[in-house]
Amino acid sequence: MFGLKADWSLEVQNRYFTLEDYNDGVARWCPGCGDHTILTAVQRILRDHQVPPEKTMVVSGIGCSSRFPHYMATYGFHGLHGRAFPVAEGIKSRRPDLTMFVTTGDGDCCSIGAGHWVHAVRYNMDMTVIMFNNEIYGLTKKQTSPTSRAGLKTNTHPRGSFLPPINPASSTLGMTNASFFAQTVDWNSAHLNATLEAAFNHRGFSFVHVLQRCTAYTSYLFDGMQADPNTLALLTGPGSIDLDPSVARIFKNRIEHDPSDIHAARRVAETTDPFPIGILYQDASKPVYDDHSNEGLGTPPEAKIKAMNKVLDLFSI
Amino acid sequence: MQDNMETAGQGPKRISEHIIEIVSDSGEGAQKAGQTFGSLSAKMGNGVWTVEIIPAEIKPPARSKAGASGIRIRFGDHQITNMGDEADLVVAFNGQVLYGRFDQHAYKAGTILLIESKWANDPVPEIREQYAAALEMFKEKGLIIHELPFEDACLEITPNPRLGKNMFVLGMLSYIYQRDLQIAKDNIAYIFRKKAQKVVDLNHALLDRGYAFAKQHVPTYCWEVPGRENPGATIVSNGNEAAAMGIMAAGIELVAMYPITPATSVSHFLAEHLYKVGGFMHQAEDESAAAGFAIGASYAGLTAATITSGPGLALKTEMLGLATMAEVPLVVVLVQRGGPSTGLPTKVEQSDLLAVLYGQAGDAPKIAIASSTIEECFHDVILARKLAEEYRTPVYVLSDTNLATGVSQYPRPELKEEWLAAPLDQSDWPEGVRPYEWDPNTGLSPRPVPGQRGGEYTLTGLAHTEESHVAYDPEVNQRSSTMRSLKFATLQRTLTPPEIKGEDQGDLLIVGWGSTRGSIEEAVLRAQKDGYKVSSTHIRIISPMQPGLKEMFKKFKQVITVEINYSDPAPGGNFTEENRRRAQLAQLLREQTLMDIDSWSNVHGQPIRPGLIYNEIVRRLAH
Ligand SMILES: Cc1ncc(C[n+]2csc(CCOP(=O)(O)OP(=O)(O)O)c2C)c(N)n1
Ligand code: SF4
Ligand SMILES: [Mg+2]
Repeated sequence: MFGLKADWSLEVQNRYFTLEDYNDGVARWCPGCGDHTILTAVQRILRDHQVPPEKTMVVSGIGCSSRFPHYMATYGFHGLHGRAFPVAEGIKSRRPDLTMFVTTGDGDCCSIGAGHWVHAVRYNMDMTVIMFNNEIYGLTKKQTSPTSRAGLKTNTHPRGSFLPPINPASSTLGMTNASFFAQTVDWNSAHLNATLEAAFNHRGFSFVHVLQRCTAYTSYLFDGMQADPNTLALLTGPGSIDLDPSVARIFKNRIEHDPSDIHAARRVAETTDPFPIGILYQDASKPVYDDHSNEGLGTPPEAKIKAMNKVLDLFSI
Repeated sequence: MQDNMETAGQGPKRISEHIIEIVSDSGEGAQKAGQTFGSLSAKMGNGVWTVEIIPAEIKPPARSKAGASGIRIRFGDHQITNMGDEADLVVAFNGQVLYGRFDQHAYKAGTILLIESKWANDPVPEIREQYAAALEMFKEKGLIIHELPFEDACLEITPNPRLGKNMFVLGMLSYIYQRDLQIAKDNIAYIFRKKAQKVVDLNHALLDRGYAFAKQHVPTYCWEVPGRENPGATIVSNGNEAAAMGIMAAGIELVAMYPITPATSVSHFLAEHLYKVGGFMHQAEDESAAAGFAIGASYAGLTAATITSGPGLALKTEMLGLATMAEVPLVVVLVQRGGPSTGLPTKVEQSDLLAVLYGQAGDAPKIAIASSTIEECFHDVILARKLAEEYRTPVYVLSDTNLATGVSQYPRPELKEEWLAAPLDQSDWPEGVRPYEWDPNTGLSPRPVPGQRGGEYTLTGLAHTEESHVAYDPEVNQRSSTMRSLKFATLQRTLTPPEIKGEDQGDLLIVGWGSTRGSIEEAVLRAQKDGYKVSSTHIRIISPMQPGLKEMFKKFKQVITVEINYSDPAPGGNFTEENRRRAQLAQLLREQTLMDIDSWSNVHGQPIRPGLIYNEIVRRLAH
């Protein structure tokens, strides 16, 4: 492909990847942290799709959730707080052959990285983005996040945070060229896996908002939701995720939803109680920036020099 | 400088060089006329430097003092490296626009002014008065004034002289400087190649009319500036175009940027041409994202570039620290403007040197190359890409508004395949080699690229081991910092001292960097001819610093830098010898050599003219 030496493809039958092939060491998150289940979910998808580890890229910012790439045996880029998107875009811009995941926290994405988030949605480059929303800053020890609920007592707002939280769903779906948005929770593996699977299969910027338990600081926020599935509403209907009926059965709240309808998606995005889970919006026909940035890949040196000489001609006397 | 004495005898008088300005309201085509004159002169073998005169406002009203729009052309029988001192001859379409030029010290007593005369008879009394007042002032300044009816002459040929006057002026200058009219006509035909033949014919007629007009009205202004022997294939461009061509010739396939003056025109060029060599230019949402995007692309295999100026550099700081820490190659083209903050967006300054070297948190050594000519703007990018890859680190190429907007000629580069980046390596990664397998003697390490089987690692901006594992222990951080620093020591050992222009000993050595080179060397040559024991040297690789400086400096009684950035005036008032802040290169050289190196600098927003440097040499050496 594009002049790349894809020599692994010759022996693809000889390589079978197990979960272990994607795993690097022991993840150092707190016991019970939701990040562990998300890690397993991503490794399962890669295994299910038999993506070679060397062709897999995980890019993150800074935060507990951004430690994610270190626990993967793939290529990883653990960059700067809030700035995973530009790096992932740059990698993808000239490497269509790489499978791209981005892991980002609620502070990483919705606060310091918010500017990049807006534009990443619009670029709609082919990557699976997982936003770990524990409604708190975990790594730096319990500061208010833009997704923290009003009144949440934190180290930066000990009397309770002042403002209503940012809604990642309505924000993303308000942005131009959004092509995929889904929500799920870390404590229902089946739903998490099915949602990430749908995101993985979508070509474009597949944004998955995951409610994530932080056992150190905010697990109590989700205790109620974990105990009572009625706090969640399962999105159903054509185009929804492929969920095992035995799992689907536990969700009594259902919303019949058409993910191709942006207006319906925006209405669903506004509801938070019960919290809608599943695909809110998907449109595979949105333009992807990769199609432009990949232009000219593999141009041979002679062609480059020939074209360059023509450019020099324009400035020659 | 040549005198402006009118030639009494027959035939044109030979001169070595002249500086001309064409000044008008914007939209009157003065720049097109000047560019054509410049390229015509280059074709005739002259050395040429042109620089546009840009109005202070975007759409200034006609005949306003802030509205000077036009061009300066300096050309001669030798290579021209800078815009020079005061002009010898000015063509002006009205008087008002010249006021601002006096603030820039563009003219001197004896400068010839050819000015449109129609304002003297304008129906509006105020305009007549303004015109008379302007002429009065110019006379006081000692200009030699010729009021000439350009527009009436153009009206004989076109009903719309506003649009045709510029080619008429080109015709006048073609008489005055005995240009080859056929080359001029070919140039005009090329400019209007997409227009109807009658447009070409009209402009040819205006050219001829201008030629005859000058011969009739100012017959004694007739000079010959001899061309040099055929200099071979030649490119005419400004420094930003040269840098953009360098990016393409280096095989850099991905450039990420955010618009900012004066760097933007590099991206305009790339937007137009980069795809032709299979590359892509990304306009990011801000400079931090642009740097991140380029770093991502570099990390994924092929060294990318980002382009910026002052405030953009500030925003990229965090990303560049990451590239240094995680050892990601990157080319940063920095076209400097005036600072701090938004500063002087369109003006000349060289004040980002220390920001480049010390802008990051923590210890973040880096490679910095300063282009000193337009030609170097091209070649330095190619060098930068190679160094970035070999040393696995960001490399800055610094130029400035002077080089970015100055247009001059240089030998057409012979493109080489070896200049291009090597194709993406996707072979298996050698077993047992870690992602930061630092060579203890050089600090260098090979870099795994995504797709290489067996090389999987997670890059991190956190302190890390050879395995790229996060590690905070004292030894790891000490050692990895040493390894990153060692690379620069390794590179420094391969560098050679900068060249000395003139004797290797004497009373004064002037040290420069970047775009001041042409002016410094011209001033020093003049002073040498006048008997002063002065030499100059120019530092091209500033970090790591080229070697041998202390040995070189020791042989001079005084060493000073000449720079376009701020330094405190001589001691007086609260400025004392102890607290006086010196120009940026001087600070670096003082640290490097432990010698008492002074600086002479200003922040006028202008290129430093050779005459001013000459005066400073004389001030320091005349006893
Ligand atoms: C420029 C910058 N500012 C601040 C920080 C400190 N910092 C690191 S992570 C973080 C917040 C992390 O919260 P979140 O993104 O929600 O991730 P979590 O740890 O909760 O997974 C902050 C403020 C930093 N590393 N860089
Ligand atoms: S602090 Fe919270 S988010 Fe971070 S690892 Fe611990 S539980 Fe997880
Ligand atoms: Mg968080």
